[in-house]
Amino acid sequence: MRKIRKPCGFHCIKVKDLGVSFGNQVVLEHINLHIHCGSMMAVIGRNGAGKSTLVKAILDDIPHTGVIEFKDAENGRMQKMRIGYVPQSINIEASTPMDVYDLITSYRYRFPVCFKSKRIYQEIRESLAVFEADELIDKPIGTLSGGELQRVLLSMAVMDQPNLLLLDEPVSGIDKNGMDLFYEKMDYLRKNYDMSIVLISHDLDYVAKYADQVVLIDKTVLAEGSPRSVFESDAFHQVFGNTSYGFPESAAHKNTTQGGGLS
Amino acid sequence: MIEMLQQFFQFDFMKRAFVAILVITPLLGILGTMIVHKRMAYFSDALGHSALTGIAIGVVLGITDTNLSMIIFAVVFALLLNAINRRALAATDTIISVFASCSTAVGLAILSMGGNFSKYSAILVGDILSITAEEIGYLLVIFVVTLIFWAVAVNTLNAISIHPTLAKSRHMNVRLIEDIFAVLIAVIVMLSIKWVGILLINALLILPAASSRNISENMREYHLYSVIFSLFSGVVGLFVSYYTNVATGPMIVIVASLIYFGTYLFGKNR
Repeated sequence: MRKIRKPCGFHCIKVKDLGVSFGNQVVLEHINLHIHCGSMMAVIGRNGAGKSTLVKAILDDIPHTGVIEFKDAENGRMQKMRIGYVPQSINIEASTPMDVYDLITSYRYRFPVCFKSKRIYQEIRESLAVFEADELIDKPIGTLSGGELQRVLLSMAVMDQPNLLLLDEPVSGIDKNGMDLFYEKMDYLRKNYDMSIVLISHDLDYVAKYADQVVLIDKTVLAEGSPRSVFESDAFHQVFGNTSYGFPESAAHKNTTQGGGLS
Repeated sequence: MIEMLQQFFQFDFMKRAFVAILVITPLLGILGTMIVHKRMAYFSDALGHSALTGIAIGVVLGITDTNLSMIIFAVVFALLLNAINRRALAATDTIISVFASCSTAVGLAILSMGGNFSKYSAILVGDILSITAEEIGYLLVIFVVTLIFWAVAVNTLNAISIHPTLAKSRHMNVRLIEDIFAVLIAVIVMLSIKWVGILLINALLILPAASSRNISENMREYHLYSVIFSLFSGVVGLFVSYYTNVATGPMIVIVASLIYFGTYLFGKNR
């Protein structure tokens, strides 16, 4: 990655009254979100609450109502938003003849992937190094572990310095060390780059520890705010039951770190 | 050996067949990589069968050059399959099967009217030995077009096959590229079908790429081996068919199949 910028605090992304329906079935309605640059927003909710649909709508992959605005708060100028998307998984067979170089070249460069460019190879290697994945460049994608693949996808997503990093957290295939590394990298990214992070999360412990802002959805926004205010809301207890989560800054919660009962 | 080759090349039709194979096989080898990659084997098979319907439509409309009606029908058919696919009402293979069966049946029904089908049965097996210099010219043109398309679009095709939503998030024109690819497959299948045959065209598209997949670890190897296997099967198949007096198409496919089994065993033991 070439340039590291401090978050300017002026950009923001607004999702206004977003709705998605398939036929007569309403999957999402009246979703309003306000995402500041340099912040990490975690979207949580039970299975089938519409989390993945929200991601697809933000990516414009499925028809939706409402608008998604990317604004420069200083002068209100609208820009085309660059989104770095990290999917939950990719669907390829283990024997697929494709290495990490091929994967990133296909998405990011015009140079035909059936040939090799030393310059591109070097560039990709450098970007992978940010996420400690540079050794993986020649490995076939099918042989990567869940954590390795995620680091590769993440490197690719931030290569273009997106305004919004949109992540669908993998449900399986990543051990605790991998998760720690992942969230530490997220923290590093939002502190050092001028980008907002929206994370669909399945792990409430990590959300409690790292997110600035939490949105609980089930068809629409049930609760939003700081992790603590959402986790202590009635809606949260209705969805996830009466579990408590450790908040480092809270004396009352100090000894109840492991909440369990993850979604 | 040299004598054998001299004997082989003394006939003009053998020379033309040889040149045609040097053009068709790498073309099918390149195209096959993404057909296998995008799991479109069924799609190209269905397209091959649609040739019958194309000819039938040409006959009904009284068009003298049935090549034209074949190509036009195949292009429409390919775009239609793509459009239906996007709606994803049922599993892709089922939908393709339904449409392919229907169109093949209609084609066969029309062509067999009045007991005339034997007139068209040659297209089932194909005959590379009857190719003319002009027809080789057409193949060359489409070869160049394919190379240009490949240079521009192979990355996008690969990206779509990995994760369509991720491709879209990077502002790739998924729809357009998929449609152009489908049209290209349609045109190439229709142009080669007279020489390779409806029954075997898909084998030549799929086998070299599938063999290459057995032993490749990245896209460079995948493309390279696919083209080499395709070319090798074509040339060896032509020579062997000449000396054993067997139809060329089937012999090429037999060689390609042997390569597949060889690479399968080799790849497994790696």
